[in-house]
Amino acid sequence: MGPIISVKNVSKKFGDFTAVDGVSFDVHPGEIFAFLGPNGAGKSTTIKMLTTLLKPTSGELRLAGHDVTKEQDATRKVFGIVFQDASLDDELTAFENMQLHAVLYGINRKQVNARIEELLKLVDLWERRKVIVKTFSGGMKRRLEIARGLMHHPKIMFLDEPTLGLDAQTRNLLWNYIKELNQKEQMTIFFTTHYLGEAEAVAQRIAFIDHGKIVASGTTEELKQQTGTNNLEEAYLKLTGTQVRDETLDSAEGNRERFRSIMKNKQR
Amino acid sequence: MSVIYILWLRQIKRFSRSGIRIVMGFVQPLVYMLALGYGLNSVFQLSGRGSYIQFIVPGIIVQTIMFSSMFWGANIIWDKQFGFLKETLVAPVSRMKIMLGSALGGATISLIQGIILFIVAIILGFRPYNWTYVPLAIVFMGMLSMAIISFSAGIGAVVNDMQAFVAVNNFLLIPLFFMSSALFPLDGVPTVMKIIASVNPISYAVDAIRMTLIHQSHFGLWNDFFVLLGTLIALLAFGSYRFKQIQA
Repeated sequence: MGPIISVKNVSKKFGDFTAVDGVSFDVHPGEIFAFLGPNGAGKSTTIKMLTTLLKPTSGELRLAGHDVTKEQDATRKVFGIVFQDASLDDELTAFENMQLHAVLYGINRKQVNARIEELLKLVDLWERRKVIVKTFSGGMKRRLEIARGLMHHPKIMFLDEPTLGLDAQTRNLLWNYIKELNQKEQMTIFFTTHYLGEAEAVAQRIAFIDHGKIVASGTTEELKQQTGTNNLEEAYLKLTGTQVRDETLDSAEGNRERFRSIMKNKQR
Repeated sequence: MSVIYILWLRQIKRFSRSGIRIVMGFVQPLVYMLALGYGLNSVFQLSGRGSYIQFIVPGIIVQTIMFSSMFWGANIIWDKQFGFLKETLVAPVSRMKIMLGSALGGATISLIQGIILFIVAIILGFRPYNWTYVPLAIVFMGMLSMAIISFSAGIGAVVNDMQAFVAVNNFLLIPLFFMSSALFPLDGVPTVMKIIASVNPISYAVDAIRMTLIHQSHFGLWNDFFVLLGTLIALLAFGSYRFKQIQA
């Protein structure tokens, strides 16, 4: 069986700026794959291209055999995604958010309620199903998003910094769900994170991206050997340097940041 | 349940849960109706044109629908900023359906607000000349809602921040409203204003609703209908085209 995610020579340019520069990699079915790199390295852009949100400037992306740019709808059915920022409707209840997703993905009507119950129980949110999402904590929202992403039995799950801003307990819980899903349903997991310890503990294979290019890939062992280091964090720093990156926020993200800081100040 | 229905329902649920928005939608039009309607009524009557309140209610209904519909485009910016838009954009459904479902939800809300204002006007003394034409007036209100909603969806798709959106809104809506036949009859104004009002589609919406509610028309109901229909089609095309172009 061939790779379930195949990226060949993919580039993405925004005007003069090349965010992703001739990237190629494969992920095999059932694998847990970590995609790591500093801020602004091209991780999110790659995920957006893989999930049909952005069109590549050149190159070919395939998910479960489907050409991502040409067969968008077929591609969209095979993956689930948890975005870097929340993507729930805050004004709806947990159950309503799940229901909406079920309709968008054309889940058989008779199975919808049972499926929602099963998933909300999996992430321990069944008791809270009638609560408006606005009142949820960051961890609860993230759990709900994972449950939602699983609704349509995706073959591939994309997790873009799924544990960002969560406490150690919740992070631990999330990784346990994810590992369990990977084992039970043979689901391929593609994730990014800044916590290198997590990647070392969970990922079967890792790719490092920097300045839009893949700088190294392999298992943790291979990466340590290649760089002559003792752990993944050292290998990472050796490959990507210690310099701090400035990530330019796009305007939507910039606004979100501003809005959040205003809301935070208001709450004080 | 279809995709369009669930997205429509989402808008209705969101609206019904935000009490403040429901109330805020009426304050401005109510002030217009009271201040202008009662304030200028005697002057209007002196010039032999009958009741100004009767005359102005269709205009105020149009204003309510315009502003509530236009404000709806802010939802798209909101959805972009809070990420929900991405959830719909990665789903295996066409953008057209996403846009249509959400827009129909928004149009329904505007229409409800227009109808509530109509009821308030009746409580304040407004009388339609023939009740059997009221449903027809509601059809025109619906067309106007959908047209403005499509336009605001198009603007919301292009603009990324709220301030710019509000600025674009005010820049476009206020002149469109005041330079229409909403507040004054067109037969008494200088030629330049008459020309401006005659190329302004809002005038035709006002005129259609005025004809069906109080039996007064400047352009004729068929003209009103065709201009409104043309505007609706053009703006629907604009809105869905822009919405398709969104890249997250």
